[in-house]
Order: sequence, then C-alpha cells, then structure tokens
Amino acid sequence: MTTVSASPFTGLDAERFATHLAQRSYLPAWWIAAKQEAWNEFNSLPMPSRKDEHWRFANLKGLALEDFQVPEDHSSLVPRLPDFPQASEIIFSNCQVVGRTGLPQELADQGVIFASLDEALRDHSDLMRKHFQRHPVQLGGQKFIALNVAFAASGTFLYVPKGVKVDLPFVVQHTLSGDRQSIFPHTIVVLEDQAEASLVEFFVSGDTKSQLASGVNDLHAGQNAKLTYVGAQNWSDDTLSFQANSIHAERDAHIQCLNVHLGGRQARHESHSRLAGPGSHCDMLALTVAKEAQEFDQRTLQTHQAPHTTSNLLYKNALIDTAKTIFSGLIVVDPDAQQTDAYQTNRNLLLSDKAEANSLPGLEIQANDVRCSHGATSGRVPPEQEFYLQSRGIDPAKAHELIVFGFFEEVLSRLDNEQLHTVLSDLIQSKFKKS
Amino acid sequence: MKSLEIRDLTVALTESPDQPIVKGLSLTIKTGEVHAIMGPNGTGKSTLSKAIAGHPDYKVTSGDVLIDGVSVLEMEPDERARAGIFLAFQYPAEIPGVSIANFLRAAEQARLADGENVDAAAYYKRLYSKMDSLKIDRKFTSRSVNEGFSGGEKKRCEILQMAMLEPTFALMDETDSGLDIDALKIVAEGVNNLRGDNLGVMMITHYQRLLDYIVPDFVHVMYDGRIVKSGDKSLAIELEAKGYDWIKEEFATASA
Repeated sequence: MTTVSASPFTGLDAERFATHLAQRSYLPAWWIAAKQEAWNEFNSLPMPSRKDEHWRFANLKGLALEDFQVPEDHSSLVPRLPDFPQASEIIFSNCQVVGRTGLPQELADQGVIFASLDEALRDHSDLMRKHFQRHPVQLGGQKFIALNVAFAASGTFLYVPKGVKVDLPFVVQHTLSGDRQSIFPHTIVVLEDQAEASLVEFFVSGDTKSQLASGVNDLHAGQNAKLTYVGAQNWSDDTLSFQANSIHAERDAHIQCLNVHLGGRQARHESHSRLAGPGSHCDMLALTVAKEAQEFDQRTLQTHQAPHTTSNLLYKNALIDTAKTIFSGLIVVDPDAQQTDAYQTNRNLLLSDKAEANSLPGLEIQANDVRCSHGATSGRVPPEQEFYLQSRGIDPAKAHELIVFGFFEEVLSRLDNEQLHTVLSDLIQSKFKKS
Repeated sequence: MKSLEIRDLTVALTESPDQPIVKGLSLTIKTGEVHAIMGPNGTGKSTLSKAIAGHPDYKVTSGDVLIDGVSVLEMEPDERARAGIFLAFQYPAEIPGVSIANFLRAAEQARLADGENVDAAAYYKRLYSKMDSLKIDRKFTSRSVNEGFSGGEKKRCEILQMAMLEPTFALMDETDSGLDIDALKIVAEGVNNLRGDNLGVMMITHYQRLLDYIVPDFVHVMYDGRIVKSGDKSLAIELEAKGYDWIKEEFATASA
C-alpha cells in the first residue's frame, strides 16, 4: 500500500478548477461555459511583462499567484458592517453568504432583484446573462478578470426595473479570512431606463493574513437612469488585490462611482467608463491612503462614444512612508462625440519623502468640438499648514490626518448620502489608527 | 501666577544660523499682564514670536525660553501649545477641506488624556457662544479653516481659537494689521474679554492704534533684535507722536 501525501494547498490549478465546476453543475450551462472559457483564457494569457505599457511602474513580482487557494469554508469571524440606513444587505464570508436582510416587499413587488450570484443564476439566468461581462474592461488585467470569472462564486446581482427609484443604498460586504485564501467577487448592477439606485460594497479581511482578491463589476445604467456605486476596499495589508470596474451609460444616464482604496500589499484597480448614449454623464472618483510599502495601481479609461457626454474623473492619493501609487488614465473621444466635456485629474499628497507617486495622464481626441483637460499634481504637505495645526496643540500625526481628510473632502462631499460620508470617513480614519 | 521668561534669547533663520535676527533679548511676561512690543519693520518682532512657538524655520542659537522655570526649547510646537503657548498668526494658514469645527475639536481633543473624548454637545455650545461674542456667523463652523476668509475674518478666527483653547500665554503677531476700525474694535473686545489673571499677553504691533483699544501694562520698543526701551502706555503715545527715528538715534549713540 502506498500513501500519497497531499499538499495542504489546492492552488488555482486545473484540478481545483475542475472541482469548482463539478460542484456547480446545477448552475445554467451558459454560466459553466463562460467559466470554462475564462479558465482557458486565464491559462493562455501571459502574466504581465515589463514590456507591457499597461503595467508600467507596477511591481510584477508581486503578482505571483502560485500560493493562493480557493477557500472551501468560511470564517465565523465576520467584521461588523458599518451600520447605516440601507435598502437591503448581503454579507459574504469567503465565498458564502453568511448574512442578509430580506428585500423589502415593496421593492420586490416592483420587480427589484437583489440576489447573490447563485440565486440570480437560478431565478434570473437570462437577465443576468444579458449583462454579464457585456463590456469587459481591457486595460491590461484580462488575465485577472478571466481568473475572476473562472472562480466567481460570491457576488451580487442588483436589478432595478424601469422607472423604479430606490432611495436607500443596497449594501454588500465581502469578507476574506484565512492564510493564502482567495476571493473572486463579481457584481452586476443593471438599472433600466429612469431607474435610480445606489450600491455600496465593502471589501474587508477578517484577519491580517496573505490573501488574493480579484473582483469584477459590470455596471449598467439605462436611459436617464441614475446610478451611484461606492466600493470601499480594506483588505489585509498582505493581500494582492485586483479589481476591474466596467461602467456603461446610456442616453442621459448619470453615474457616480467612488472607490476608496485602503488595504492590500499591492492593489490594482482598472476602471473603464463608456459614455455610450448622448447626454450621459459619469463621475469617476477615487480616494487612496497608501502607507508603508503598499502599492496602489490605478488605470482608467473614459470613452466618449456619443455627443453631449460628460465625464469627470478625480483620483486623490495620500501617500505615507514608502508607499507607491500609479495613476494611468486616458480619455478617448470618438469622432461622433461632439460637445464632449471630459476631465481627468489625479492629485497626490505626499506625506513622506520616500513615497512615490507616478502619474500618466492622457488624451486621445478625434472630435473637433470638445472640452477636455487632464492634470496631475503631486505635492508635499505645505509646511505652513503643518505648523499652524501643531501650533494649536495638534500632534504631527493627527495634523497629517486632518490635512489628508481636508484633501479628501473635495471628493467625499460629492456624495449625497450624509451617513455614507460618515461611514467612509470612519473607515479611512481606521487606517490612521492601525499601525 | 505663571511666568513666561525669555532669557537672553538669540534667534536666527534655520538656514542661516550665523546671522542672528533676535540678539540676546530678555523679557518676562506674567499672567495678568499685557506687554506690547513695538518697533519698526525688520527688527525681529515676528521672529521672536515664531521662535517661541517653535516654528521650524527659526533656530534658537543661544538663550532660553521658560514657562515657570521649565525650558520649552526641546519641545515640539504642539507640545509648546499644550504647555500653554498660543501664537495668533499675522498670516494664518488656510487649510482646505478642514472645517473650523473639526479643527478646533481636534485641538481640544489633543488637550485631553488618552481615552477621554470631547463632549460634543458642550463643545458646540461653548463654540457658538464664543462665536456670537466675536460676531462670527455660526455658519463659519462648517467652512474650511481660513480658506477664502477676509483679513478681518482671519483675525477674528484667531481670537476665536484663542478663546476656545484658553492659553496661558498668547503671542499676538500684528493682530491689528489688515483690520478696519470696526473689525479692530471687535478683535480688541475679544482680547479684552480674555484678559485676566490667567492670561499673559505679548502683543506685537507697529501702531499705537491697537493700544487705544487694548491698553497694555508695559510697552517695549524693539530695535535690531533687542528691547531698547521699556515703559508704560505713555511710551506708545510718545512713539506715535515722534516716530521711531529718535529710538534709532538713541540706540546708535548708545552702542557707539
């Protein structure tokens, strides 16, 4: 008799993927096929290389995936979700639903769907299929998007029918716990014409272990719809994080996206907004606190495909210690997209001499009657501000914190939801407390 | 009674420590006293106040500054502030995005022991009452510190901070500059309300005008980095009538 000593890790390998699929044989065939295709794509795509402009300045060694495994169980320790008024919430721990509040009957009666991926695949397969990866992001991270699709098990489908307006935000929390565990959240938000809704997602680690997260969003706003999406990422400081955000706006749609980036050893965020219908508008906002040796890599694309479209990107990074940020953004205005107003601004506040902020703004304009601008600034904390605060008895660390909050306020104040403003401020503040 | 003792103090710019600006100045301010420091431009008045507050651009090359016999020179600016020193700036910094309410609350929080928290209700009550007495619109609490303020608003905001933080020693650097007569009266009234046994004031000014409203106990004339003449209020009146030239001549003769 021979004994085979099993490796404690079942990595992201073919065997593991086969098991993943086999466990999901009850799901629709199109979903299984999409996963299989994504798995093939993941394997055929090379890892990012030094020659790849999409990954300029990024730490490529940090992207190694070998050691991570797909979690089979969930932790019972789920960090508490900030308490604020909401329409409904779903809480995932590793890939399983561990908590949720029911959708108010009034919303269910109007046809609103707020469901985990598995539920949505069971009950609304066709609707979900129509919008799943309809406009994939192609900003260099396709391999990680493929990995997400291959292993996606946790995630949410929010669907708001035509003309339905939901005031309170929908809330999702993804929690990841355990050493070398990984998570692949996939979020699909569909607002039909004239619908209004907001979704807030929290991405948090239940411990400080080394983890892998690759998340994907498909956000879709129909004609004259109003969508607010907030993603607050606070993984452990030893997490490799990847997030791809696809935004699609039809005629006169209004989309506001805010991403808060706090956690991760190395966190990449790709965001592509498509202003597909005339009169559509998108705000792309981001706030990052980068400290110690963290690297935050943000790649954006604003595509104006129709006339009278507007987009406004404002990414603000506060850098502490030896942290590093990369911002690379592009505005593309198609020939037909006359009277486009497009702005792209990246501001970096350096709180340390050793921090590194890289900025690569860009424009590609094919129409002749447009207003576009891009700008990037990096600056130290003005010494007179520092001294002024200290002269009132505020210690240097707290003074920096106040200055960072002041710096961020321009973005946070754009949120209509006061409670959410407070929740995000508290979350950002927690980063200054943990050290 | 407490004392702020400036002992034979020499101060230079940090970047050029060999060129002193304040040159061996001595002065003791006790709580309950208001000392006016007058003098022509460029004699080191502002440098003196910033050096006492711990501004990093200035270096004390000799001498000492002591509160009740304890030197503050090894303290960081925030520690000096918590030890009781308050600098009312000639040109207060603008802090975008930080509201006055949050800023002052952080300053009050900094004075509490670990684990203690500012009582928000009591804090706002106190803040509003101080604002009312300084005729500052309550809407200012949500405005960013000094951002877009007029000269008069900035100075009133300095006095508001002083009223809230209740320092032991206030160093007021040209608080009257840029103020019209109405603003000057409000500021002076604010300072007069704070005067008393628990506060010592060092008031730097070019002009005697301020001293009509905040009557000093002592007047010192500063010239070339030193105090060259001290007296009471009548010295300020004399300066107003005769200008500074006679001081310069007297000083030139004395040092010749």
